[in-house]
Amino acid sequence: MAQVTLRKVIKKYDEVLAVRGVDLDIADKEFIVLVGPSGCGKSTTLRMIAGLEEISGGDIVIGGDVVNDVPPKDRDIAMVFQNYALYPHMNVYENMSFGLKLKKTPRDEIDRRVKQAAQILDITELLDRKPKQLSGGQRQRVAMGRAIVRDPKVFLFDEPLSNLDAKLRVQMRTEIKKVHQKVRTTTVYVTHDQVEAMTLADRVVVMNAGLIEQVGSPNDLYHSPTTKFVAGFIGSPAMNFIPCHLEQAAGALRLRLTDSLSMPVPASRTARYTAFVGRPNLMLGLRPEHIMETRPHIEPDQHDFNMTIEVVEPMGMETLVYFTVNGAEICGRVNPNAGAAAGQSMKLRADLSNMHLIDDTTGKVL
Amino acid sequence: MADIAVAGTPGRRGAYGSISRDRRWAMRWSYFFLALFAIFFLMPPFYMLITSLKSSAEISAAQNPWWVFGPTLENYVALLGKNEFLIFFRNSALVSICVVTITMLISVTAAFALARMKFWGSATLATGVFLTYLIPDTLLFIPLFKMFAFVRDTTGIELMNHWWTLIIIYPTLTVPFATWIMIGYFASIPKELDEAALIDGASWMQTLTKIFIPVALPGIIAATIFSFTVSWAQFLYPMAFTTSTNELVLPVGIVTTLIKGDVFNWGQIMTGALLGAAPPLIIYAFLMDYYIAGLTAGATKG
Repeated sequence: MAQVTLRKVIKKYDEVLAVRGVDLDIADKEFIVLVGPSGCGKSTTLRMIAGLEEISGGDIVIGGDVVNDVPPKDRDIAMVFQNYALYPHMNVYENMSFGLKLKKTPRDEIDRRVKQAAQILDITELLDRKPKQLSGGQRQRVAMGRAIVRDPKVFLFDEPLSNLDAKLRVQMRTEIKKVHQKVRTTTVYVTHDQVEAMTLADRVVVMNAGLIEQVGSPNDLYHSPTTKFVAGFIGSPAMNFIPCHLEQAAGALRLRLTDSLSMPVPASRTARYTAFVGRPNLMLGLRPEHIMETRPHIEPDQHDFNMTIEVVEPMGMETLVYFTVNGAEICGRVNPNAGAAAGQSMKLRADLSNMHLIDDTTGKVL
Repeated sequence: MADIAVAGTPGRRGAYGSISRDRRWAMRWSYFFLALFAIFFLMPPFYMLITSLKSSAEISAAQNPWWVFGPTLENYVALLGKNEFLIFFRNSALVSICVVTITMLISVTAAFALARMKFWGSATLATGVFLTYLIPDTLLFIPLFKMFAFVRDTTGIELMNHWWTLIIIYPTLTVPFATWIMIGYFASIPKELDEAALIDGASWMQTLTKIFIPVALPGIIAATIFSFTVSWAQFLYPMAFTTSTNELVLPVGIVTTLIKGDVFNWGQIMTGALLGAAPPLIIYAFLMDYYIAGLTAGATKG
């Protein structure tokens, strides 16, 4: 049980900066997910916490101790690897007890801990099997078991579900969450899958190009992204970005998307956006669920408009419709019974109460 | 309608079941060539066995050399009754066992260092190790003479004409190749496995002994077989460096003691060669199962 703090952590490979100064405070018992596209430095950051990579600058603090030069075995951490990294010549029991044996833990204590972890993970009947006799999901459990028996200060997960098929991945995701609720160890989890990040994390850390873009709860990131990168990365289908201008007419602000299409800015946002009137390179950010079919009752800040639908994707409980505004391809989510058809005009509704205004020059959400 | 139905089927070429027929022919050719090779390679040992069971009179008699008409064990009795043959055998065994042990100790640790502990110049060093293997031993024995002379002049230790000198020399042949085999084998072990061991608290030495050696056992066995065969069958160095009967190893001993001038004692030469070939064969037979069984399966995604 411990806090983990990263202070201005830098990783340099020859002349390339892989991690460019990461500051992060992880609370005790917290489940933190590092997420980002490949090459964003998330795995490197995790490996630096583990001690598998030396840090080129800054400090890493685990449980109050600066561990910059402490070898992995003395950091009291446990790690689960993407490819499980089970010892192939040992059975499950030996795999799980290897670390404890090296620490010269008494035999009955090892036995107690292994059995307990096996019970948590429901792998008791697999204890005398070799890794090659196990399925992918079972190997993943054993890898987690190996981490749990050590009772470390911090769990580190490096894309642990990437090698599993889609169905098993969802199942193991729930499993990991359950285990964390039982064991309550500070956890740092790396993934490139934003769904995994959203579902597992207490707080999500979105990384891009070696820097942290934003840290926050899954809902914070989803509803109040601070950068265009986070807005576009979190959520599926991704947020729509439409080039736009801000116009002032008769004391009210209007968002102009095309010559023929403009909408009034919600009153609650007027004060915040007034300063950006006439600013070039603005973008409207609107999630697909905020573009829907028209309905009889209209709420404030909702506006109807007509569009020619280009592609229709029925998903079952909803239908995705695609159309083009001002050169940007836009996705909307409509009721499957709304009668969307490719090539036909459709009356759609935009809910601007959830809009984001983005400065495309700086990439910041305004 | 009937025409259309017929027109739909002729797209298929060749007779039904042609794949299995192709396969059958491929198998026949494989067996034919495999049998040919087997006969080709088993001919010399067979001839050795046949000749070792013949009396000297029968060997020189003008009759079918591929059959024994009056089988006798006299060559075996004579050879095993000779004290010197047993000395050759003992020398060979001691040299080979020591060389294999020394080779494996050096090459496994060296390969581990070269494959895993990334240090300055490790890649160059790995290539260098392999390059030394490419130098033929026929080029090396004259410089080795000079070195022995130098050792004698400076320390007074005589390295010439001792069987144990071979224990020092053979690793120059076996270590580079065994190291190279082991580097390849260790490199195939996923990096995460040693990282997991590192996090579990293993030192480099424990990672080597508890993870790498068990996992790389097939590679270690391959290297062991290789170095045993090399040191057991080595002819040039013992020929050059040992002369007294007590210091000879098997291959050289057979040739020097059983060929007297222009008299070839063929029966005993063949018996000695056959007995000399037995230990490597027995070792192969025992280690082959381990060698073939891949142990890395299931380590990672697999």
